[in-house]
Amino acid sequence: MSTKASRSAARLMLAPAVILLLGWMLVPLTLTLIFSFQRYLPLRGGFQGWVGFENYVRFVTSSAFWPSVQATVIIVGGVLLITVTLGILLALLLDQPMWGQGMVRILVIAPFFVMPTVSGLVWKNMFMDPNNGLLSHLWRAFGADPIIWLSDASMLSIILIVSWQWLPFATLILLTAIQSLDSEQLEAAEMDGAPVLSRFWHIILPHLSRAITIVILIQTIFLLAIFAEIFVTTQGSFGTRTLTYLIFQRVLESQNVGLGSAGGIYAVILANIFALFLMRIVGKNLDR
Amino acid sequence: MGQIVLEQVTKSFGDITVIPPLDLTIEDGEFTVFVGPSGCGKSTLLRLIAGLEDVSSGEIRIDGAPSANTPPAKRGLAMVFQSYALYPHMTVRKNIAFPLRMAGLDRAEQDRRVEQAAAVLNLTDYLDRRPGQLSGGQRQRVAIGRAIVREPAAFLFDEPLSNLDAALRVGMRLEISELHNRLKTTMIYVTHDQVEAMTMADKIVVLRAGHIEQVGSPLELYRAPRNLFVAGFIGSPKMNLIEGAEAAKHDATTIGIRPEHISISDENGLWSGVVGVSEHLGSDTFFHVHQTGLAESITVRADGEVGFKHGDRIHMTPRADMIHRFDDKGLRIA
Amino acid sequence: MARSVTLQRKSFNTLIAWIIGLLLFFPILWTILTSFKTEAQAIADPPVWFFFDWTLENYRVVQERSNYSRFLWNSIIIAGGSTILGMIIAIPAAWSMAFVPSNRTKDILLWMLSTKMLPAVGVLYPIYLIFIQLGLLDTRIGLTIVLMLINLPIMVWMLYTYFKEIPGEILEAARMDGAGLKEEILYVLTPMAIPGIASTVLLNIILAWNEAFWTLNLTAARAAPLTAFIASYSSPEGLFYAKLSAASTMAIAPILILGWFSQKQLVRGLTFGAVK
Repeated sequence: MSTKASRSAARLMLAPAVILLLGWMLVPLTLTLIFSFQRYLPLRGGFQGWVGFENYVRFVTSSAFWPSVQATVIIVGGVLLITVTLGILLALLLDQPMWGQGMVRILVIAPFFVMPTVSGLVWKNMFMDPNNGLLSHLWRAFGADPIIWLSDASMLSIILIVSWQWLPFATLILLTAIQSLDSEQLEAAEMDGAPVLSRFWHIILPHLSRAITIVILIQTIFLLAIFAEIFVTTQGSFGTRTLTYLIFQRVLESQNVGLGSAGGIYAVILANIFALFLMRIVGKNLDR
Repeated sequence: MGQIVLEQVTKSFGDITVIPPLDLTIEDGEFTVFVGPSGCGKSTLLRLIAGLEDVSSGEIRIDGAPSANTPPAKRGLAMVFQSYALYPHMTVRKNIAFPLRMAGLDRAEQDRRVEQAAAVLNLTDYLDRRPGQLSGGQRQRVAIGRAIVREPAAFLFDEPLSNLDAALRVGMRLEISELHNRLKTTMIYVTHDQVEAMTMADKIVVLRAGHIEQVGSPLELYRAPRNLFVAGFIGSPKMNLIEGAEAAKHDATTIGIRPEHISISDENGLWSGVVGVSEHLGSDTFFHVHQTGLAESITVRADGEVGFKHGDRIHMTPRADMIHRFDDKGLRIA
Repeated sequence: MARSVTLQRKSFNTLIAWIIGLLLFFPILWTILTSFKTEAQAIADPPVWFFFDWTLENYRVVQERSNYSRFLWNSIIIAGGSTILGMIIAIPAAWSMAFVPSNRTKDILLWMLSTKMLPAVGVLYPIYLIFIQLGLLDTRIGLTIVLMLINLPIMVWMLYTYFKEIPGEILEAARMDGAGLKEEILYVLTPMAIPGIASTVLLNIILAWNEAFWTLNLTAARAAPLTAFIASYSSPEGLFYAKLSAASTMAIAPILILGWFSQKQLVRGLTFGAVK
């Protein structure tokens, strides 16, 4: 039921959101693109001429680049592995009948609502501090030497902290997906003589595959951009300098805007690769 | 009070023409059923009358007044939707009162009319519940109640029974027919179910691809279908259609004979064949007869007690005066 | 049909689930407990659990020394403001796409989603520069606008999926019943849309409250919200666990409570309606 009048009214209602987002996307992105072709050092003389693709080349050839890619991949991969695996197990568990299900759910979800700076600092100080942290108390209680988490096992520490934050997200989404599984399907499989493990492999896991893909894609996009957790813990030292953090340092700490912008464009391209996959899935969903 | 005239009405969505030029007159007080397979344009036609869609060309007149620029609410029509379209956040009382509230009636009058409608529809005990707490049949009644209170010039029903189970459907069918007898208001009823059309209608409009195939009373359509489509659509089980030599004997391209107009015997008859599936309804039995040399399968109706089994060879004789003849264009030969 | 489960099995499930649940919740619990300890108790080895001298001293010190309430106020203004502003823009947009779809609606929705995927660090400097030029750096209004923009796609999407669930036939019924556009919006659409709008508001407050890239990079002293305030504890002096805990507890408590109310909507909001 759409007449001409209602269609133009609809366009008018949509316009502010579209214009704002278009501006939010285009203006800064264009500026970043322009900066990336300049030698631009705001604290040391500002604009110093156009340099073509030099920044792009320098960014990937700098000694910090590959370690940062490595750190990014390890952190994103590690967190994904932990959150998806544990998320599936936890979702399966929470789907079982038990007493106080609602309460357990609340306990499990809670970490997601903790702001990144709080979780970074609480873990860094109250758990991972080599002198006073709870984990070092625990290690000493068993007569072991406490681990100096954030320097000796810096990657593991960051992965643990970030996984703790994102496990609830994976669990919640996978639990929602499990609950949408038609129980008759499982009963049919049981009638067909499928044992528990093969019911998991052949029915539950395939049913979850779409939700798992969504979890992986959305988390990847957010994890590529993690910032505060590193900012308040290692500040990018001990091998935890991710691509995002490296760009941040180039731009705001060493104020090499041209170089940082080239890095930023790389980050945009990287994120868009994952975004494309995610959008295809979400887009398919729109048609239904 | 409720005469609706469609004159050269067409409707297209973009390049797709859903309704080619169409003329139809629905008389005041008539119960008219639009029937046809899904996608035949019957719902679109109803929505054009309701004003929920604009006609592409042509004119719809309600009681003689052109309705082109009249918004749905001002046409004096009430509609009952397939999904009932009840307002989930309102109680039954508020649902039924909503059109009255929109019309600006005072509270006392609203209450009076709602109580009256509820009494008619056996909803009095449910007035303070919400639609979510009602069964399908009760929701249906609320939707009808919401239509009744407006005292409209005509009721429009859009497949109102298709979401109900079989038993309820029969019950609601009777209720709607009774309602019509009591109110004597024009009703237009859209369905794909020919049983609903046959049992309820004063006038049936058979539609296919936006075209009117035939208009007439249920018995007119049953006795004298104008073409093969109507012949196959009206009547249950379907009319047997036979082509070839047997049809040529009657100077026709196709002949049709309804299952209930064939008598059977185990000894002799005009045609013979082997019993396949038999459907026992208790009062009647339908035999699907194969290997007749006439058509792939011939359906015949017999008394419920007739006991032929799968594989039995039987003989059939059509009632000569009940044979329908159609020409090579599928049109009835008078 | 659910079948009866043996008592044994149910007890086992319960036990395991509670252990895991408490383990995951433990860091939060420990933070809350520590906030009521003295600094000495906070680092005691072996740790003290429940039997210590509960004190509110830390909360008092945090407020007095660093003017906690100012950061809290900034957080409230920024999270609340960006949500209200965002809803004013998102509701009409989602509304029009849900009820008057065109053949470009899908593309527009996906494009909006793609802006959410833009890595913040890629546009950090331009935004920084624009903020300096416009005098928005370290202002609440500047941050409010940025947070509104980064969450706008999620708001539009979430509202869109909710509005989509309102059946078109109900709107037609209202039209048949004599409701004009005003009545249709007032009596039918709004009441049906309110649950969806409420969930969207809730999720957006949570996301804005916890946002920790722009809030850290675009604020200094004046407009810093709680995320930035807590970050200032990353270079501590002396014993500070109990005070950190008190500050953290205050920073996360409101959102924990809101979050628990919005668990179900969270899934829909964060997966852009792909999982419900």
